Amino acid sequence: MYAQEVKSTGKGVKALEEMSAEERAFQERIDAGEKIEPKDWMPDGYRKTLVRQISQHGHSEVVGQLPEGNWITRAPTLERKSILLAKVQDEAGHGLYLYSAAETLGVSRADLIDDLLAGRAKYSSIFNYPTLNWADMGAVGWLVDGAAIVNQVALQRTSYGPYSRAMVRICKEESFHARQGYDIMMKMAGGTAAQKQMAQDALDRLWWPALMMFGPPDADSVHSAQSMAWKIKVMTNDEGRQKFVDQTIPQIEYLGLEVPDQDAVLDAESGHYRFTDPDWREFFEVLKGNGPCNVDRLRARNMAHDEGAWFREGLMAHAKKQQIAAE
Amino acid sequence: MTNEWPLWEIFIRGQHGLSHRHVGSLHAPDAEMAILNARDVYTRRNEGVSLWVVKSSDISASAPGRKGPMFDPSNDKTYRHPTFFDIPDEVGSM
Repeated sequence: MYAQEVKSTGKGVKALEEMSAEERAFQERIDAGEKIEPKDWMPDGYRKTLVRQISQHGHSEVVGQLPEGNWITRAPTLERKSILLAKVQDEAGHGLYLYSAAETLGVSRADLIDDLLAGRAKYSSIFNYPTLNWADMGAVGWLVDGAAIVNQVALQRTSYGPYSRAMVRICKEESFHARQGYDIMMKMAGGTAAQKQMAQDALDRLWWPALMMFGPPDADSVHSAQSMAWKIKVMTNDEGRQKFVDQTIPQIEYLGLEVPDQDAVLDAESGHYRFTDPDWREFFEVLKGNGPCNVDRLRARNMAHDEGAWFREGLMAHAKKQQIAAE
Repeated sequence: MTNEWPLWEIFIRGQHGLSHRHVGSLHAPDAEMAILNARDVYTRRNEGVSLWVVKSSDISASAPGRKGPMFDPSNDKTYRHPTFFDIPDEVGSM
């Protein structure tokens, strides 16, 4: 998802009787559905896994501003421009909620951001794909934020209090994102033949990367079991992907567009769609840094960070001067 | 790094008549900027009519490990709850 391959302890899940008294009391609180709060005792692995997941999630929100930021100055109308600007501003806000949640685990935000800028931290593979034209703004809002909603609605039930509360805030704002995207798609799919073709093309290109957002198949997802036991993760990758496909295919049909997967059919018995897996080799390549836009994205983040340094330092110098004057 | 903006805890009053509630934190160079940043980060959709910002380092908290000794006594005194007392129905609502 926004955190697609979060390493956990790398070990199997311990049975209750193998745990120390502290670990056991902790696991029992989680099993009872209690939230864990920042100053509570927690296993080292729980803290580390959470820091990885929340910071990756935060980085995804921040880098996620770039593909859409690309089109703010070229939006077709002033209204579309204002909407897109508000949406991108929300993404910045979501990144800040998440960094704030990660910091409650005793890490410094500056260190997390350094890890991103230096290329040591991961963010969602989806943001390493280009946004080529205005139809992509529709497809991104609809598919990417739609996929994010599936994951984030589930994550409201995550065991760590600050993370769960950040998800509640984010979910409240996210449906605006998906709806504005679908609104663009409806306009384009109902427009001229050329506009409809642009909508189809955007869907064709973003469908597979959107499916990849949920992470590798459960069978290959080595770190999931421990994260699920700790309720850091509350839904498996395959469950999320299925839910997304089931909700999205009828929306494609409503637009009068073709589902990009010829083999996608509704299985009458299960009530779920069967669908083709995306190309997992491509997914792992993008995650490793070899996607179409990985280099561009990091370059843009580094440039923004470096060019904003004088401003951050200037405000801090001013604050210090005021403080000395007041003393 | 001393040049890092300090951390502030943000409290919002949702509407007139309610108390300020903690909503999260953010970094800012001083209180004035913390309020402006909090406006942008935490109140983009009518969430509040008033903001408090407090430096995180200025907050003292009770220790979670001492939750028992700290709060258990409030459970022993069941007579503090009105339901402890049986008042006959004939008396009417009280």
